[in-house]
Amino acid sequence: MRAFQYHRPASLAEAAALAARPEAKLLAGGQSLVQAMKLRLASPSDVVDLGALKDLAGIKTDGRTLTIGAMTRHAEVAESAEVKKAIPALAQLAGMIGDRQVRAMGTLGGSIANNDPAADYPAAVLALDAVIHTNKGRHDVGTFFKGLYETALAPGEIITAVEFRIPQRAAYMKFKNPASRFAIVGVFVADFGGGNVRVAVTGAGPCVFRQTEMEKALAAKFDPASVASIKVSPAGLNSDLHASAEYRAHLVTVMAKRAVEAALK
Amino acid sequence: MAVRVSMKVNGKAVSGEMEERTLLVTFIREHLRLTGTHVGCDTAQCGACTVIMNGRAVKSCSILAMQAEGADITTIEGVAAPDGTLHPMQAAFKEHHGLQCGFCTPGMVMNAIDFARRNPNPTEQEIREALEGNLCRCTGYHNIVKSIAAGARAMAAAK
Repeated sequence: MRAFQYHRPASLAEAAALAARPEAKLLAGGQSLVQAMKLRLASPSDVVDLGALKDLAGIKTDGRTLTIGAMTRHAEVAESAEVKKAIPALAQLAGMIGDRQVRAMGTLGGSIANNDPAADYPAAVLALDAVIHTNKGRHDVGTFFKGLYETALAPGEIITAVEFRIPQRAAYMKFKNPASRFAIVGVFVADFGGGNVRVAVTGAGPCVFRQTEMEKALAAKFDPASVASIKVSPAGLNSDLHASAEYRAHLVTVMAKRAVEAALK
Repeated sequence: MAVRVSMKVNGKAVSGEMEERTLLVTFIREHLRLTGTHVGCDTAQCGACTVIMNGRAVKSCSILAMQAEGADITTIEGVAAPDGTLHPMQAAFKEHHGLQCGFCTPGMVMNAIDFARRNPNPTEQEIREALEGNLCRCTGYHNIVKSIAAGARAMAAAK
């Protein structure tokens, strides 16, 4: 790891000022960033640790939406009675990230700011039509995830919370890499009622995306059979030593079908 | 640049000066000389570096020492009784042959202690899932699973 200057700001404003330095990086749980720094894939000049900003963690619901603070750990989301009640699929997803030690440190804000193409949370954030709140305002999810490790966040912009819309029913299914537990393909299906269904796919492409053909089919009839015959094109999907683009395309349909089955249970 | 970090390790207040890029595991092993916490893969996969921080098992090779400022840390050196009596989870590993070479064992035990506190009566499947972040290259896991089941029962009984 290359040397850097470490900061532990006591306020969001102070954190934002430090984070605006040209080569600065925000440190949330550090479960991606610290490893990337050890491999010198990231060599920030300044590391701005958000660990002292206790206000950034917490879970609250108003019955229509569920708001989770950016520094809330995956383990806390997975165990939260409030999350389990409002959006059980979200608690389940959080409990499937990495392993239990990683879940004790990793955070929601860190995950979506990093926007790893195989991360789990982006699928939930996109399918649950979330609003991403930051120190500078808010982002609609439709324009937040820009591409491989890229988001709409500006330099010095810090995610404070994510506001999820509570669906009538939802489920997340992932085909995971057995070594890393990252999603080779993960599909989050959310049914808001009234023909509003959202299907978000992670792991398959360079960035999380919506599968609109499946959304239309599920809006007409929310049933596994509605998606079972949909053939996903492998064009533009990831191909690596773990899975070919053709295999990932196939898995999108399989995971979507299983997610609909689970949501109906 | 050297910075100072302070935390509680195994019930004792400790502090030290180090470079900002120092990992928690390096601080524990090289500054505090508590070498029971191991570095296996150094890439957050093997779990040999697992310690309990503020009541949760974490991988100390994936955390900067500075992130642990003010934290309460327990390492494998801190789980046995002062008279040397093994922690029930350690005793269960010994009793059920949950180790061979022993390299992964400190991480296994620390993760198992945190897990059993949260789940005093786990199923075999739950134990296997809880071990996703701990690799053992000797045992094939079978006796580790048995050890954790027995250790969890012993911990619940000792309450």
